[in-house]
Amino acid sequence: MTGSLNLWLIPLVPFAGFLVNGLVGRKLPKVLVTAIALICTLIPFLQVAKIWFQFSSITTPYIEHLGTWIWSGAFHADFDLQLDQLTMVMLLVVTGVGFLIHIYSVGYMAHEEGYWRFFAYLNLFMFFMLTLVLSENFLLMFVGWEGVGLASYLLIGFYILKDSAVRAGIKAFVVNRIGDFGFLIALFLLIAHFGTLSYHEVFAQIAQHPEWQGGVLTAIALFLVLGATGKSAQIPLYVWLPDAMEGPTPVSALIHAATMVTAGVYMVSRTHIIFDRSPFALSTVAIIGAATCFFAATMGLLQTDIKRVLAYSTVSQLGYMFLACGVAAYSSAIFHLVTHAFFKALLFLAAGSVIHSIGGEQDMRVMGGLRKKIPVTFWTMTAAVFSICGFPPFAGFFSKDGILYQAFISPNGGKILWFFGWVTAGLTSFYMFRLWYLTFLGESRAESHELAEHGAPVHARADSKLAVEDEHPHSVHESPWVMLGPLVILAILATIGGFIGVPAAMGGHDEIGHFLDPVLGTGNHPPGGENSGLELALSASAVLIGLVGLLVVHILYKVKPELPGKLATQFHGLYNLVVNKYWVDQIYGAVIVTPLLLFSRYILKALIDRGIIDGAGFAAGATAQGFGAIVQRVQSGNIRSYAGWLAVGAAVLLIAVYFGFTAHF
Amino acid sequence: MVPIYYYLILSAILFSIGVAAFLIKRNIITIFMSIELMLNAVNLTFVAFAHHWHQVSGQIFVFFVMVVAAAEAAVGLAIIIAIFRTRNTLNVDSVDLMKL
Repeated sequence: MTGSLNLWLIPLVPFAGFLVNGLVGRKLPKVLVTAIALICTLIPFLQVAKIWFQFSSITTPYIEHLGTWIWSGAFHADFDLQLDQLTMVMLLVVTGVGFLIHIYSVGYMAHEEGYWRFFAYLNLFMFFMLTLVLSENFLLMFVGWEGVGLASYLLIGFYILKDSAVRAGIKAFVVNRIGDFGFLIALFLLIAHFGTLSYHEVFAQIAQHPEWQGGVLTAIALFLVLGATGKSAQIPLYVWLPDAMEGPTPVSALIHAATMVTAGVYMVSRTHIIFDRSPFALSTVAIIGAATCFFAATMGLLQTDIKRVLAYSTVSQLGYMFLACGVAAYSSAIFHLVTHAFFKALLFLAAGSVIHSIGGEQDMRVMGGLRKKIPVTFWTMTAAVFSICGFPPFAGFFSKDGILYQAFISPNGGKILWFFGWVTAGLTSFYMFRLWYLTFLGESRAESHELAEHGAPVHARADSKLAVEDEHPHSVHESPWVMLGPLVILAILATIGGFIGVPAAMGGHDEIGHFLDPVLGTGNHPPGGENSGLELALSASAVLIGLVGLLVVHILYKVKPELPGKLATQFHGLYNLVVNKYWVDQIYGAVIVTPLLLFSRYILKALIDRGIIDGAGFAAGATAQGFGAIVQRVQSGNIRSYAGWLAVGAAVLLIAVYFGFTAHF
Repeated sequence: MVPIYYYLILSAILFSIGVAAFLIKRNIITIFMSIELMLNAVNLTFVAFAHHWHQVSGQIFVFFVMVVAAAEAAVGLAIIIAIFRTRNTLNVDSVDLMKL
């Protein structure tokens, strides 16, 4: 490999786009804003593609030293970028999907206020996300980590006049801070224990000491997991992600489905050398993953907001990735990350297209019958639904079954983990096909506005696309091609993307797994051979439960549409539990948020801040004022009194010198 | 030969008169004159010691003091004129504000 790869271009070009659009975008014409934003995302993509085509000639990991950031004694943290197989995969996903979503946004956001602001934030997000995946040390990763959180906050609260959006942004930010706290503690532990934050130095030290097991490594790993649960919306910190749907739909697709929320999975995979030394941390990750994928899926079952279904589905799918990480199947996790980026971005963009086409409505109960009216959206969405439900040969089939198989064969309760994942596959199929049926099939319920499926009143959502709605309330129209183009490309990827990782048991070569071997280790993808029968059986069972989910939906929402209401009344308690998402938000509110607010308001604010800190300040001020009131009399402005003081001072000095201090000289 | 302390006593008296006048008088020109008086009392001391120790540096100092005094007189008188123009008074007790 000759010459530099110019990795620095990849994050910094979007940053330049952010600066231009963010500083002067308000005054620029819309076309120019669009051009800047798109070009500043296209250049990194082309650069990544160029690197990809010459990747075989690069010695990995390729490290690009850009400068020293912190240098204190033996410790130093550098601006170092790193390229290896894992980074390569992430770069392709982030820049590729990111660019497609940028294109889509041009159509989706066309009528919005603050168009320039939106694209400036998107470019800012790209900058931080690319920094996150390119960094060669934990500290630079943390910069990206915090930065994507910031961009996420800005974009969730993009509709700054909408109270719920602003609150959702704050919630996302605050919940993420809890996770970031864990990440920070992990960084401090790393510095204390290894004296460095560079990946390869830390990993080299661990490799030199095979006797290190658990202990501080477990502590580091667990704090990293806390960070990952925040960013990747896992139990217990998943609560922000459903609310994050207040942001514009392309944001949900880019940040809250395809890229940012997978940062936790990326981080665990990147630091797998630490996790491999701590079975306890690994099982924690696996349990968190299995629990999250199951519970989030149940919460998604009865949601009525199309984007919220997808949000819970995202949480659930991220749970799968965590489950894979927890059973040390990192390449399966990354594989699912990739396919998930395709089909979930597609689902969100298609949902956005649906919302766009019917003028801003997000409630599935008033949709229906859209199949004929928006056919392109329908077919792309269908590809995504089949992909996420894991029907062969769609992308989700290969990646999800890889995870389930790995969970099944892992020791220490792998069968239980597998069972939760397997049930979740059925639940996934249920809520996705429910969405599909309610949105596209049947008769349109938009005109009648009758009471929807369970007799609950239809509440008109304060929708995000205020401007469009009033102009044409009911004229359903297919979205423009600038939006449909990305949908079609993603639909192709969601359909065939799985062929990059066909397992050996199905006659494939698991290309992505082998590609990632140099980074993630060779032990984490299953060999073919004697277990292939088991793997095929598990795949078949997963497809089967997916079909069961489809069948149940078909019965409930097509054959006997009156049945859901009956079931809801019959299993009233369970129904309420699920509809209210296990009251987790309420419990968090009562147990954590309210006490914290009360404590802040009455102890921290009233007593400590107002009482002690302000009190001390006021007391000091009053003392100085009182003293000043006395002393200020001296400074009368009267020249003769000044001269008098001068004379008195001179006299005192003379007397002192004459009588007292002469002895000392 | 006049003993040195004669000069010193004379100088002290002149200086004290200067200080007293500075403190007592209200007219700004009189105060100005009293400053000159103090300076010249010091000059007298310098010259006396220069003569006493046969050293020329004391006399050189006197020239410096004179130069400074002259400069001060020029600047000071200009200020006095400016004050009189704006306030129509030369009484220092009524000139105790930095601005009008």
